[in-house]
Amino acid sequence: MILDNVHSLKFFLPELALTVGILVVILCDIALKGLRNRLNPLLTLFTLLLAAYYTLQLNGVASASLFHGMLAIDGFAQFFKLFLLLAAVLVVLASLHSTELASVHQGEFFALLLAVTLGMVLLANSTNLAMLYLSLELVSLTSYIMVGYLKTDRLSNEASLKYILFGAVSTGSMLYGLSLIYGMTGSLNLYTIRDAFLSQGLEGINQFTILLILVLAMAGFGFKTAVVPFHFWCPDVYAGAPTPVTAFLSVAPKAAGFAVLLRFFFSGMSQTGGGRWSAIGGINWPLVLIGLSVLTMTLGNVAALTQNNLKRMLAYSSIAHAGYILMGVVVLTGEGVKAILVYLFVYLFMNLGAFLVVTIIYNSDQTFEIEDYNGMFKRSPFVAVAMAIFMLSLIGIPPFSGFMGKLYVFGSVIDKGLYWFAAVGALNAAVAAFYYMRVLKAMLIEDSKRTAAPLQISFLNQALLVALLLPNILLVIFWTPIDRWTAASVRLFGGV
Amino acid sequence: MITLQHYLLLSAALFSLGIFGVLTRKNAVNVLMGIELILNSANINLIAFSRYSSHGLDGQMFAVFVIVVAAAEVAVALAIVLTMYRLLKTVSLDRADTLRR
Repeated sequence: MILDNVHSLKFFLPELALTVGILVVILCDIALKGLRNRLNPLLTLFTLLLAAYYTLQLNGVASASLFHGMLAIDGFAQFFKLFLLLAAVLVVLASLHSTELASVHQGEFFALLLAVTLGMVLLANSTNLAMLYLSLELVSLTSYIMVGYLKTDRLSNEASLKYILFGAVSTGSMLYGLSLIYGMTGSLNLYTIRDAFLSQGLEGINQFTILLILVLAMAGFGFKTAVVPFHFWCPDVYAGAPTPVTAFLSVAPKAAGFAVLLRFFFSGMSQTGGGRWSAIGGINWPLVLIGLSVLTMTLGNVAALTQNNLKRMLAYSSIAHAGYILMGVVVLTGEGVKAILVYLFVYLFMNLGAFLVVTIIYNSDQTFEIEDYNGMFKRSPFVAVAMAIFMLSLIGIPPFSGFMGKLYVFGSVIDKGLYWFAAVGALNAAVAAFYYMRVLKAMLIEDSKRTAAPLQISFLNQALLVALLLPNILLVIFWTPIDRWTAASVRLFGGV
Repeated sequence: MITLQHYLLLSAALFSLGIFGVLTRKNAVNVLMGIELILNSANINLIAFSRYSSHGLDGQMFAVFVIVVAAAEVAVALAIVLTMYRLLKTVSLDRADTLRR
């Protein structure tokens, strides 16, 4: 079902709510000078919750294409909308009590956060190359500003400079690839592109051009998802940005990047049939992705081993996680997509949790070095145990929810018969255990060299920490609804 | 007679020059100029494909959006470069190496 502009509007309410929210936050920031610091976070949270409410209202709506094929609304879109809004809510709460952001004016920060959320929601749903590029740039431009938000901080500025130079080249290269797709097929709509490729017959397509297009497009998607060899910005940007922004970048744009990657390859570049996808172009595309995935997780894990700055370590660990998630793309099945959704969902809670602990400790100690975490158990058992659970979840130890993500991803690869690929993944997870355990050792076993004063944690941060801990522990027990939800979310709009 | 191939060659040359500029220049502003070349090479592609085929104006519409995005991107990038100049009194990318250490 392809809807025209007027009929699309009622399915576009979540995005409209976000747009209005951005304007209201900016106006409030200008007009209400006395109240703005207290009002802006509340307005932002209200906007995000309103958007989530409208999204929930759309549950169960038949798959359709909005605005003459610009955006799709389907189970997949619903999942990512809720996921991204949830991530934004958690990051707003985490940024409230952060000393890094307390020193600067925060009004624009929340407007930017809403703008980047809007961009990601549009990105995850776009089925038109122009829409895809525009929303990708909306996400990128706003995140460049958020990374460089601490104007007087040298590291923050350097991080944003590296981010924008790397990002502009990557997205520019992707744009060149997209223009070649337009030239080959004469359309910007993903479904028309697929039909044009299929009607030419697989032999009629110039292999070299297809390869060039896919490499160039992968530069854009790989940049957003931090996949090797497009990951160079990642450690520096994560280390230099304010910690709540780092937490946001490590989860939300990565998820949106994977969403658009899946849509691009599954809707535009492959033919469906029998629950399986086969890629267009005669290239052994899964093999290329396997190579990228193995490289990404190995490089991420090996580089993380030697890091002493916890933020840098978590940056490399997030690169490694992108490698695991890529395993789900390789298999080109619905099972693979489901595994990716599960992985992203559990990854949200464990990674935001780990970064929240980094924020809390920076608030009192002004340090990101792992050795300064020594003796944290004596200073605050709660924070140390919470960090231990996040780390164990990131490794993928069974009672915690991170295990379920790994289980689904590895399971989908094994189903396809790629045993050695799963073995490489498992080996990587074992290497990863080493550097996560290093943090645990520092916090639980070592004695503090600097201070033994108890850690000061605000009530909000304590509550947020509990809210992030619970999903890590309890999701495994209440797994059936998650399984059902992700299975229902695999539904991608097919183009008719 | 100028054909589609001429435009494609021009855009490929611009794209390569842009990538070359990005990789070799040390001055942040020069790198931004390389990025502009990359974006405009894609624009030439889009408009040429739109002009030489019978597929309507999609490509030209896309190119207009790209021009707008490019302007926004340069505005943000220059603001960041300006902040760098305020902090370091230089725009040389060699000096932006604090995070590596």
